[in-house]
Parts: sequence; C-alpha cells; structure tokens
Amino acid sequence: MSKDKFTTLKTTAVPLPNENIDTDQIIPARFLKATTREGFGDNLFRDWRYDAENKPVPEFVLNDARYSGKILVAGKNFGCGSSREHAAWAIYDYGFRVVVSSFFADIFKNNALNNGLLPIVVSDQFLKQVLQAVEEKPSTEIVVDLENQILQVGAVKESFEINKYKKTCMINGYDDIDYLLSLNKEIREFDVANT
Amino acid sequence: MSQLKPKTIFEKIWDSHVVKRAEGYPDALFIDRHFIHEVTSPQAFDGLKKRGIQVFNTSRTTATADHNVPTKDQHLPIKEALSRHQVETLRKNCKEFGVELYDLGHAYQGIVHIIGPELGLTQPGMTIVCGDSHTSTHGAFGNIAFGIGTSEVEQVLATQCILQHKPKTMKIEINGKLGKGVVSKDIILYIISKISASGATGFFVEYAGDAITGLSMEARMTICNMSIEMGARGGLIAPDETTFNYIRGRKFAPQGEAFDRKVEEWKKLTTDEGASYDSVLKFDAADIAPMITYGTNPGMGMKVTDRIPTVAELKEISEQHSFTKSLEYMGLEPGSSLLGKAIDYVFIGSCTNARIEDLRLVADMVKGKTKASNVEVWVVPGSKQVEDQARREGLDKIFEAAGFELRSPGCSACLGMNEDKVPAGKYCISTSNRNFEGRQGPKSRTFLASPLSAAAAAITGRVTDVREFV
Repeated sequence: MSKDKFTTLKTTAVPLPNENIDTDQIIPARFLKATTREGFGDNLFRDWRYDAENKPVPEFVLNDARYSGKILVAGKNFGCGSSREHAAWAIYDYGFRVVVSSFFADIFKNNALNNGLLPIVVSDQFLKQVLQAVEEKPSTEIVVDLENQILQVGAVKESFEINKYKKTCMINGYDDIDYLLSLNKEIREFDVANT
Repeated sequence: MSQLKPKTIFEKIWDSHVVKRAEGYPDALFIDRHFIHEVTSPQAFDGLKKRGIQVFNTSRTTATADHNVPTKDQHLPIKEALSRHQVETLRKNCKEFGVELYDLGHAYQGIVHIIGPELGLTQPGMTIVCGDSHTSTHGAFGNIAFGIGTSEVEQVLATQCILQHKPKTMKIEINGKLGKGVVSKDIILYIISKISASGATGFFVEYAGDAITGLSMEARMTICNMSIEMGARGGLIAPDETTFNYIRGRKFAPQGEAFDRKVEEWKKLTTDEGASYDSVLKFDAADIAPMITYGTNPGMGMKVTDRIPTVAELKEISEQHSFTKSLEYMGLEPGSSLLGKAIDYVFIGSCTNARIEDLRLVADMVKGKTKASNVEVWVVPGSKQVEDQARREGLDKIFEAAGFELRSPGCSACLGMNEDKVPAGKYCISTSNRNFEGRQGPKSRTFLASPLSAAAAAITGRVTDVREFV
C-alpha cells in the first residue's frame, strides 16, 4: 500500500535515553491480538506508561507534558527482540514520524521503513548532544531534511546515511511490493526452475 | 577464465536465490519456504485482499497456530475473545487463499520453528522466512532463515520474494570439549554474554568448530534459535551426516533416490577454502559453564557460579543507566550471586528448548524426584508430535510424579500472549529466549537457563548449579 510521503519535518522531540529498548517494551505481546494495523498507539510503551491500575506513570516521558513532538530520541540498539511490526505501527500510530538512535536492530529498521517511519542513525556523540539539548530545553527545534540527509538540532547538525532505494521509497511513498510485482515473470520462471 | 571467488555457505545460498540484482535496489531474493502464524499474518492477508491478488505459490507456504493458543483444553473453543478471533482469522485466510494449516487439534500443530524441522519442510540450502524473529532456528540445517515483519510477510505471500540487502558475514568458532552439565543453551547464552545483545547486528552468523559439529540437530537448533538475541539476522551450521540422518524419512523430505540425490547437492554446502568473513570470533568450549541471565536482555548473562557485575565493572559508562534500571526491575543487587536465590516458577518450553531431547533431559534429571513446594512447573511441548512422543516414552508419568504440569503445545509463557503468564514480581527460571521486562507477563522476572538448569531449579526451588546433580 502506498504510504505517506516524507521529505522534511520540523518539530520537537521526546527523549527516551534507555539502551536496548526491545519491541516487547514498545508494544507488549498481550496487545498484539488485533487483526488490523490501527490503534496500537494507545498501548505504545504500555507497561512503562501505565501502572497496574492503568493509571499514567507521571515520571514516564510520554506522560510528561513538557515533551511532545514527532521525533522519538532513544538510546542505542533500539527495537531489538521480536520481529513484530506492531512496534513500528504503534510508534507511527502514536504520532511519531522519526526515531533517532545511535543503533537500530535490523528487523525493526526494515519494519519502520516499510511503514513510513524514518529511523535515523546518528553517532553516539551526537545522540548524547541531542538527548542533552532536548532534556534541557524541551522546545528545542529539530529539522529533518531527508533529501539532503541532515538532522539539525538547535545550532548543531549531523548528516545521516540512508539506503538510496529506501530513501526514494520514503520520499515518494512507494512500497516494496510495487517493485516486486513488476518482477512477476522472472519470479515465475525462477520458481519453476527451482521446484 | 579467472578463478571463481571462494564463497561462504551463506554467500552460496544467497547468490543462488537472487532473482534480480539491480543497481540501487536491494536484491530480490526468492524464498523457498514461508511459515506463517496467527499473530503476524492477518494484516498481510488484508493487504493481498486490498490489492486483489492471490498467494504466489501456496505449496511453499505452511501455517500453524502457536503464539496465541491456550495450552490447556485445546479441544474447546478459545475462551479469550481476541485470541479466538485471531486464530479464526487465520483459519479463514488459509481457507480463502488455499494455504495448508496445521490448526489446533491437528497431529502436526505446534510452534512454527519446531514443526518445520520435524516435518522435513526445513532443508539445507533453502531460504526460509517467517513473521517471527526466531526463524533463525531453521539455520541449524544449513540454510538462510530469518525473521521478517508483516509488510514483508505480505511481500512473500504476494511474490515469493523479499527485497533485502545482503548482510555482512560472521563466523563463530567454538572448539574443545564441553564440561559437565553444559548443554547447547549454555553455549549460546555464553556467546551472547560475551558479545552483547547487539554484538552481531547487521551480520549473518555461521557457527563452526568441533563443539558445534558434535551436537545433535536439536541442540544445534537451540544455538541458531538465539542468533537473533545478539542481533544477528540469522545463524547457520554447515549440513553434515547428522543433518542428513535427521531429515531422512521425514514427512515432507525427499524420499528414496530423490533423497540421495539431494544429499549429494547438500554436501556441496560448505564454506570454500579461502573464503572470508567480515568478522571471525573464536571461543573455547572449556571456558563455558552452566549459564544464567540476571538482567533484562539476553546479553546480561553469566556463569551460574559468578556474581552480577557492579556498576564500576561495566565496560561503558553509557550502560550504567540501563544496567541500574534493569537490576531494579529484577529486584537484584549489583555484585551479588544468584546461587540459592528462591524462584517461583519454572517454564520448560518455547522454540528454543521444547523438543523431545529437551524433555528427555529434564525427565532424566527429575526421575524419582519431586519439585520443591515453592515452585510451579510448566512443561509445554513444542509440538503435538513432541507431546505424543513424550507420552509414548512415559515422560508424562515422570513429570506427573515430580509435580510438573505437562501442557499442550504452543509458545505459551515464552511471551505470555495467552493466559500462561508469570505474575508480577515473581521469579521464573525459563528455557525460553528472552528475559525482557514483562516478557512472561507484566512485571514478571525471568532467568534464562538450559533445560538441565531449569530442572535442577525445579527440584531445589532455587537457582542451582546443575553440576551438583550430574
């Protein structure tokens, strides 16, 4: 399915410095029972966000009124663990469009890109700077320029890498199936030759 | 003609499955076998319906219900409405699209990564995917198997291909003799504790060395299963006689002469002399001891006789915050030992350790003994076939006499999607693969260990050095 197009984004960010945030934290397994892609944002970081009585945990960053915006800034090895795409759906459904970290787990990164959620890998040093800037001044403006692959945070900026093909998909809202369907004839021949 | 470049097994399999390689695009990789289950497939089938297309090749697709199924009273309708709806949606989709489904009650039902190998669907040289990160399990047969997201499940259903960039390669070699009480789960927990939960991200691993080739197929599966827990896309082991003997005669394996011909092909799946890896790691089997995790990711593991590190002992300052938070969650003190720590639950199950050999290991250890009164013990076989085999061998009687509860097959308390949850604050020693916060139930606390160590803990009611028993 075609997705939203992504070119530039100017917004504030939410800091979550924990390392190794796994997909069970992003969306616990007991909320994976839906058969559609919608509504997962309500349970994003469910067990950090709400206590056993379903009351918001005031110190958790998503419940902290000082922080808002369309960018989640997280510690390294974000999205490790389960392959559940529900994690990317939950982050997107909540309203984030970008996740910034110094390191992403492979499957999560693919899942994010397949859903119009941009994972931006920055250096450890720059991640530290971004987290510090946002924590000290939650209104810090962040600009994501996908075309030029630049992340600007207040006065500092860093360029980021993204695969050329995935970049084209993000900018135009394409998905992989469109491309694969165009290879139908070659795939049929391959299938027959290898049966 | 120039000499052909020496290749690793991984490169041989990958390159032979590329349908299209185009400048600026990821490779279009043909997928030989696609496993699906109830949790990560419904949105993919929806996508096919919206596009008005069929499953590309139903004979390459196999479905089962495992993640979200009860492990008690499987013959009755599923009580929980959302779970029931999800399993019913799988039934409807499989029927509508003509996909073979091993549903609840079927003799072949079970955890997707257990039934593939036991049915002979998993074979050397294949490409295998499933919307589940533990798809890496199948790599034990010498194939490229990896977990994918639901959008990718849709790609494979629609086109039998997936768009992927070729990962880097890593060789992990383990030589030497394993010590007393050390099994394959300890090998993989040891490796992950050494290289961390992200130490192999971006890589596809090949496990080698005589400590690996000496293992049974089932033990090899445990190792490959947890490749993802160090971030690897997958992990494989070169196929050999052990592999061929395991596959011979299985339901969907080639039979007779066709099998012999296949074996000749499979024998070519070795890494060429002179082929290079992007990374090579070596470990000595003699350094490995019975392992246990103390934290909330699988990299936070240690020998059961070690003590938890202190904050000062951490390699990187940036880890301090997560480490402290993790130990607070676990209710443990930095620098302390886990030996003798009282536990509340024992879970023997999951795609990591719920095959017949695992159940035999446990039964051998507990035969004639009973569980400690402070623990509840669940034994959840990986498949209906494993359950039936266990009953035929009388293991059910041993478990019953020991006070263990033998359940019906499913993913169960590995991820607590069904009602098998460890209560808040309780400690569970588990043969599964993840000790993440809340993984086995909200606020549950998990110690990952081998089936042997879990069985020993069931008897003593405490974290135990299994070498006292063997």
